[in-house]
Amino acid sequence: MNTENFISLNTLSSHYQVDISFFNTLVEMGLIEVEVLDQSFYIQQDKITVVEKMIRLHHELEVNVEGIDVVFNLLERIQDLQNELMITKNRLRLYES
Amino acid sequence: MEFIDYYKILEIDKKATDDAVKKAYRKLARKYHPDLNPENKEAEKKFKEINEANEVLSNAENRKKYDKYGKDWKNAEQYERAGQQQYGGGNRGQQANGGGGSENDFTDFFESMFGGGARSRGGGQVKYKGQDYQTELHLDLKDVYTTHQRTLTVNGRNIRLTIPAGVKNGQVIKIKGYGGEGVNGGPKGDLDIKFSLANHTAFKRDEENLYSTVDLDLYTAILGGEITVDTFDGKVKLKVSPGTQNGTKVKLKGKGFPVYKKEGVFGDLYITYQITIPTVLSEKEKELFMELQKLRTP
Repeated sequence: MNTENFISLNTLSSHYQVDISFFNTLVEMGLIEVEVLDQSFYIQQDKITVVEKMIRLHHELEVNVEGIDVVFNLLERIQDLQNELMITKNRLRLYES
Repeated sequence: MEFIDYYKILEIDKKATDDAVKKAYRKLARKYHPDLNPENKEAEKKFKEINEANEVLSNAENRKKYDKYGKDWKNAEQYERAGQQQYGGGNRGQQANGGGGSENDFTDFFESMFGGGARSRGGGQVKYKGQDYQTELHLDLKDVYTTHQRTLTVNGRNIRLTIPAGVKNGQVIKIKGYGGEGVNGGPKGDLDIKFSLANHTAFKRDEENLYSTVDLDLYTAILGGEITVDTFDGKVKLKVSPGTQNGTKVKLKGKGFPVYKKEGVFGDLYITYQITIPTVLSEKEKELFMELQKLRTP
């Protein structure tokens, strides 16, 4: 595997000063996807924003990993509903004179 | 700088204990945190306020100064020095100059927010992505019929954008790296552009399909014929079947709106015929209609 677009979880752990166990739990819970190379776990660079959000929720709001899972599911539902609302609003314009 | 009542912001009493301050901050932070309120400017503003309030009230020394000096609490030391000098014969002019400091506002606090969080976790320089910016771009429906380039000015910075044909009203496009500066050398935030489309055409749009109503004269509706109708990009000739009923819908395939990010693919145009009945008849016309009526009446 070419690691050019990947960052190791160990690097993330030291960079964000977050215990590696936090990332391991995120992986176990299926909240982040990792690739394995030489027994090290790597995450795609473009997923860093999502991981940062998880770190913020964990540290600033003291949300545990299960809570992060719930928050992300709800945020996803909000996004879906907002998209649906946008489509419905646009469709409503069909009936407005 | 306007006086900001930090107690009011945290919804607590002036006699609130440290624990009560902490509890109130956490409760409000969970409610207004930007990660939980995407694209909500009100929540973002509120979050900045509660962070600032917490930074002051959660620190015993700062809180003491704030309680004593109010909005000028940051200049407490200068005041106290001035006070001592006053008692010892110092001049009052120095005291007047000391007041009115306003170098800090909510924005400064917000910018240091993530850094502040990092500091509290051990004093290291943690890099964080910059703030995401949101802006709204008002365009005409006609503008987004074709892919085109446009230059936007966001926070004094010119951004040349390619706007793909078929963008929807309310759609948000993320431009990576055009947001706020990262904290401690972290990557820049993103720019979210929300499209607001005004429709001044005779067409109504539902996703990639267009809808319009076309007047059809009574005689063409009965006898059939050929008419010319407007589409979004020009006129087309259309055959009308004899005996066409009022409200009949006709689909013109591929004459709708471009499908977003699918070059050369278009939706359909749905035309609804609205048959126009003559309201004023000449004597001759009236006579002929009556004759037709007789033919139809057994």
